[in-house]
Amino acid sequence: MSEPILKIDNLRTSFRIKDDYYPAVDGVSLTVNKNELLAIVGESGCGKSALAFSIMNLHSRAKIEGNINFKGQNIVNLPTSKLNKLRGKDMGMIFQDPLTALNPLMIIGEQIGEILLIHGTNSAEKRKERVLELLNKVGIPRPEHVFNQFPHELSGGMRQRVVIAMAIANNPELLIADEPTTALDVTIQSQILDLIKELKEESGAGVILITHDLGVVAEMADRVAVMYAGQIVEIADVYTLFENPLHPYTRSLLNSVPTANEEQSTLHVIQGVVPALQNLPREGCRFGARIPWIADSAHEKNPQLHEVSPGHFVRCTCYKDFHFPDRDKEGNRHVVS
Amino acid sequence: MWKFSIRRIMIMIPQVILLSIIVFMLAKMMPGDALTGLIDPNVDPNTIAEKREELGLNDPWYEQYTRWVAGVFTGDLGQSFHFKMPVSELVWQRIVNSFWLSLLTLVLTYLIAIPLGITSGRYNDSWADRLITGYTYIGFAAPLFIFALVMLWIFGFHLGWFPTGGSVKPGLTPGTFEYVMSKLYHMLLPALSMALITTVSTVQYLRSEIIDTKQKDFILTARAKGASESRVYNRHILRNSLLPIAAFFGYEITGLIGGSIFIENIFGYPGMGQLFLNSILLRDYSVVTSLVLLFGILTILGTLLSDIILSLVDPRIRIK
Amino acid sequence: MSYLEVKDLKVHFPVKGGLFGRTLAHIKAVDGVNFSIEKGKTYGLVGESGSGKTTTGRAIIGLNKITSGQVFFEGQDITNLNKANKDIRRDIQMIFQDPYSSLNPKKRVIDIISEPLRNYEKLTKGEETKRVQELLELVGLNPESILKYPHEFSGGQRQRIGIARAIALKPKLIIADEPVSALDVSVQAQVLNFMKEIQKELGLTYLFISHDLGVIKHMCDQIGIMYKGRYVESGTKEDIFNHPQHIYTKRLVAAIPDMNPRNRQQHLQFRQEVKNEYEQAYNQYFDDEGLAFQLQPVSDTHLVALPEKG
Repeated sequence: MSEPILKIDNLRTSFRIKDDYYPAVDGVSLTVNKNELLAIVGESGCGKSALAFSIMNLHSRAKIEGNINFKGQNIVNLPTSKLNKLRGKDMGMIFQDPLTALNPLMIIGEQIGEILLIHGTNSAEKRKERVLELLNKVGIPRPEHVFNQFPHELSGGMRQRVVIAMAIANNPELLIADEPTTALDVTIQSQILDLIKELKEESGAGVILITHDLGVVAEMADRVAVMYAGQIVEIADVYTLFENPLHPYTRSLLNSVPTANEEQSTLHVIQGVVPALQNLPREGCRFGARIPWIADSAHEKNPQLHEVSPGHFVRCTCYKDFHFPDRDKEGNRHVVS
Repeated sequence: MWKFSIRRIMIMIPQVILLSIIVFMLAKMMPGDALTGLIDPNVDPNTIAEKREELGLNDPWYEQYTRWVAGVFTGDLGQSFHFKMPVSELVWQRIVNSFWLSLLTLVLTYLIAIPLGITSGRYNDSWADRLITGYTYIGFAAPLFIFALVMLWIFGFHLGWFPTGGSVKPGLTPGTFEYVMSKLYHMLLPALSMALITTVSTVQYLRSEIIDTKQKDFILTARAKGASESRVYNRHILRNSLLPIAAFFGYEITGLIGGSIFIENIFGYPGMGQLFLNSILLRDYSVVTSLVLLFGILTILGTLLSDIILSLVDPRIRIK
Repeated sequence: MSYLEVKDLKVHFPVKGGLFGRTLAHIKAVDGVNFSIEKGKTYGLVGESGSGKTTTGRAIIGLNKITSGQVFFEGQDITNLNKANKDIRRDIQMIFQDPYSSLNPKKRVIDIISEPLRNYEKLTKGEETKRVQELLELVGLNPESILKYPHEFSGGQRQRIGIARAIALKPKLIIADEPVSALDVSVQAQVLNFMKEIQKELGLTYLFISHDLGVIKHMCDQIGIMYKGRYVESGTKEDIFNHPQHIYTKRLVAAIPDMNPRNRQQHLQFRQEVKNEYEQAYNQYFDDEGLAFQLQPVSDTHLVALPEKG
């Protein structure tokens, strides 16, 4: 199982704001194994999409530093011509909004065909054959008909299937899905997720699933990385993460979901807001400001990831002292005096 | 698509009718009529009155209008009192000249606009882009007639590279190669002067279309597919940005009509624009009304063309 | 009679076309909807895009023209809310989905929140400022921030500004159209908690429109499920979540992700079963046009759209 296909080491992606560069992804290290679905979860502004885009170098203006090891080479700052041999072939990407992700003036067949053409399928008949095969595979009825249609003629779910067909066209080893179901209806969401999972099982590709939805994580992931303010704050296999979450951010997040299974009258609210990129604290625990009732001494000066059990890493030592404001450390409710 | 075009043409009909009524009423409101200037002032006023009655000039306006429209349909636009020939014949000669001048201007407009717009949009915020946008600002600010005069003075009088008037060198036989070349030579400076000014809006439009398209999500998709930069530009950005430009074509024609009035007068080019201004100065009303009607119809046709092109090129409108 | 009662509500939008732009057909966005809300309760209206849930909410408050049917509020006919008594109009307010686009970016907070006040009450400048500050405090924002612009606030704070505007006139009924869909989970929690708090404090009644069944389950007492402009099922939270009867409701419920990863295999299987049932039994639950049948009672509280027997 643990045959890594992607190894990210100390990745830092910075955006320019006025005259300075600010890292939106700040020292992220992780691996993705073959036939593994790694979910990266966090709220907007935590850097999860910036991380996904960095892997494929899709940022138009960003400074990317560190190592991304893919197929035996560091692909950070690889010349575009060399990177283009990997993009669309060995790594595929599924985008958030299938309507804007498709060229409105190109028929579906041409759009999927293009990715085959770029990577060497020169015969038009072979391309068409493969496109029809792909459309069939992603569950699109009447592929022959859809081949000649334009994106606006398809429903949202069908469009996302087209985007997926495109991403898997050349049997990539790595699939990156950036919030693939956020723009879709609930029933369509589960269909698309099931499809992604099925395709993963079939091809043995490694999948990075970017999402803000913990329910999706619970349904899909093998391993989960929780990001906050550009850093991974906790990483563990999915069962450990849901059964024994440690980092205060993970625990807060889990408690703020109005789960369909559990009755809570009040949801947990995380104090304060995610700071803007320019105002991110660069020292100390980045989440510290949002749990002010935890003593300063509980935090590390320079928080590191600690391996608390095999494969379960937590950043900073504050998790040891963390409790919700209305409960004590054992989870019992305070009696307000 | 067919439904759309037909509906669009149907809408045009009342527009044209309304236009013709307005043109006719305006002509009627102008002081004097066809007889005022034509006739020796010594003629007995009674005779003139009789003549008026005979020509139907005392009939109610709608009867006169109906006669006029019927005339227009049969190609009878009346008589030009100045040139002493039927207006239709007079206009026809000029239309041909104006047509070629406009065509050349259009070709030059796009020859300038497309490379400049692409460079400017693709490499936005570069030096080349700043130069090009600088040019477009000057183009927007400079009045066409002043710019044309400067061009005429520099290239026509001062350097003497181009003729300063007329549409062809006198004495050449129509149809010969020399005749065609001479026509082209005469058109070049006016067409270029006009193109250099009118092109700036297309340059700006194309530039902003490209910059806009560059930021679209499907461009990311194309990059994620591993498409080379040139492929991303040619297949996705350019194709999607040029379509609105194509649709702009009809409006371009509309703009040319206004421009040609200045240009033809400044360069002494015998086209419709020159005829129009001259006829106004000479109070040659029958010519003026005919030309206003013609210009109006051309403008309506231009917008019609734009709408139809747009519906043709954009599948989101086409398939419905 | 209930607090708010909607009777056979229909909202049809004309489809123009042909050579002369004649009305060729109608899109039946809302096609015969009946429901009623009890005072002080939260009624959830659920559906996917195109189900007509938003149109229903907008029609009640007069933002969409009602084709036919009636709306009663506190026993009074308010079908034509725009013409209705001003007092009733101020009793019903709306919270919109997107806190980014529903607040005018060029207006200051004080102008945004006092807009309804200016329409209905004649207050002096001083009184107005005081009211807005009170409202800001009530929604948990700094009363000092009355002169700020919307872009200076986070998403959750903006939604609170939207709520402050909605409660400025002390309404009795609030129609909340996907109020937390554009927000992150922790911010969403904040807004949901807050909506519950002010409901208790001000005795509000909510019509809560959402596609998110998790949120609906958390917030609502009574639920109606819409599909293509019609009701497929309605009942208490219990009825809908524990005993869904219509295959469409079952499908929606099955699509809610399970927060326990250990149940995943089982849940996937359940989803597949429901999907198969949906495909096989489609014709029994929908008519020839793919629309839902009339609601039939299956218990005192529970109504399901089933074909009439016999």
